[in-house]
Amino acid sequence: MSLTLSRRDLARLITRVENSERGAQDALSALYADTGRARVIGVTGAPGTGKSTLVSEMARVYRQRPDHPLVAIVAVDPSSPFSGGAILGDRIRMRDLAGDSGVFIRSMASRGALGGIATATSDVVDVLDASGFDIIIIETVGAGQLEVDVARIAQTVIVVESPGAGDEVQAVKAGILEIADIIAVNKADRDGVNQTISALQSALDIAPPSFHTHHQRPGLPPPPVHQPSGDAVAWQTCIVKVSALNKEGVGDLLDAIDQHQAYLHASGEGEYRRLQHVHSNVEARLRDLLLRAAMQRLSRADFEAILSAVSQRNLHPAVAAQKVLDSLQL
Amino acid sequence: MSQPDARESSSRSLRILIAKPGLDGHDRGAKVVARALRDAGMEVIYTGLRQTPEMIAEAALQEDVDAVGLSILSGAHNVLLPRIAEALRVRGMSDVPIFAGGIIPAEDIPALVQAGIAGVFGPGSPIADIIAFIRERTPIRD
Ligand SMILES: Nc1nc2c(ncn2[C@@H]2O[C@H](COP(=O)(O)OP(=O)(O)OP(=O)(O)O)[C@@H](O)[C@H]2O)c(=O)[nH]1
Ligand SMILES: [Mg+2]
Repeated sequence: MSLTLSRRDLARLITRVENSERGAQDALSALYADTGRARVIGVTGAPGTGKSTLVSEMARVYRQRPDHPLVAIVAVDPSSPFSGGAILGDRIRMRDLAGDSGVFIRSMASRGALGGIATATSDVVDVLDASGFDIIIIETVGAGQLEVDVARIAQTVIVVESPGAGDEVQAVKAGILEIADIIAVNKADRDGVNQTISALQSALDIAPPSFHTHHQRPGLPPPPVHQPSGDAVAWQTCIVKVSALNKEGVGDLLDAIDQHQAYLHASGEGEYRRLQHVHSNVEARLRDLLLRAAMQRLSRADFEAILSAVSQRNLHPAVAAQKVLDSLQL
Repeated sequence: MSQPDARESSSRSLRILIAKPGLDGHDRGAKVVARALRDAGMEVIYTGLRQTPEMIAEAALQEDVDAVGLSILSGAHNVLLPRIAEALRVRGMSDVPIFAGGIIPAEDIPALVQAGIAGVFGPGSPIADIIAFIRERTPIRD
């Protein structure tokens, strides 16, 4: 098992992809057929719950498995809305991985995307996948409520909670639990962990996450809803207690991931999710292209005239958008 | 035929690694610089305290940074900074500019420059000087 390109070339390709530099799309198109081999795991949760520490420990324990899988980590932190700059600090918690050439860590700024990952994260995951990494772990920005886009890329989604990190009811209302395949209750070395677990358990009992039919914005027709095939029973979101800091329970977490992956395969839900991921991916790009085409057809002066009519309340925003669409002559 | 790029960025953000080699436990200066660079629109990868030269060079490689900034107060700069430059060089990254700040006496600077530390910023250097250094030394890549 080795990478298809040097780590330096890989790092540079990621930069080109992240910036949509010249040639990046051709490279992505060329490597796309070699994607789909890696196990892609998303790790999300509120700020400070210990995602980076946990991801680091997951990678370390994976590396100790007999097959020594190659592990890549993509760690996303928010960009400043004011300057566009960012401080990417997730590596601080990953120093245990230093010196292991079977691990590759890449920090990414969210660059204005609101879903907890960057727009280019899925392309970067494709690059890592095609390069030969067996396991790819995505750490999202510290997510509150709506930052659930990682579920559009990952096969298995882990939501990290920690005792006293805020009201668990909040998490339930927030919908972040809805995307959880596994809930990792981290900082189990702290007081209150059992209360946190029972609060989460009763939340799951009230509103068990259903199959991942992510709320679709109006868009392309979604794939038909998946029914588990054969005698497969629907996956029950499970809760795993871990202390990333004390290196406890992470083996159990990886076992739970194995079980979830086996479920995805046996039930056919893995295939269904793949279709959904492809669906939202193509749709997002179509949106981009349409917007770009619209802005190319429309002169700046015409666009400003429309905006000014809207701002003077002579034109409704919806009618304005329709006008722009009409100018595309689709 | 080349496909259209769905997202095409006109300007690319500079990526800067800020690291603290050595054993001293003070990262205030490093954090001040990190924040200032962020406020100047750069993406700063901050790796924290007590980084070995190998850790720094490896992070610089994986993150494909445009420059490496080092904050060092321990007095070990004459040993550590050249080692970091060397660790970058063996990874084929001698083109990545290195700058350093902290308590570095003026008489040590020529040898450090010789060793590949392109910018040395002593205590009280204005942050604007560091930003200007980075902008000058990081030409737009192809
Ligand atoms: N007691 C205890 N503290 C932990 C544990 N895991 C992480 N921490 C601490 O929690 C703090 C935050 O950890 P991070 O790993 O940076 O958390 P994060 O979720 O990645 O944070 P953001 O990326 O900023 O959202 C640090 O001080 C960690 O040392 C744990 O298992 N037990
Ligand atoms: Mg983190």
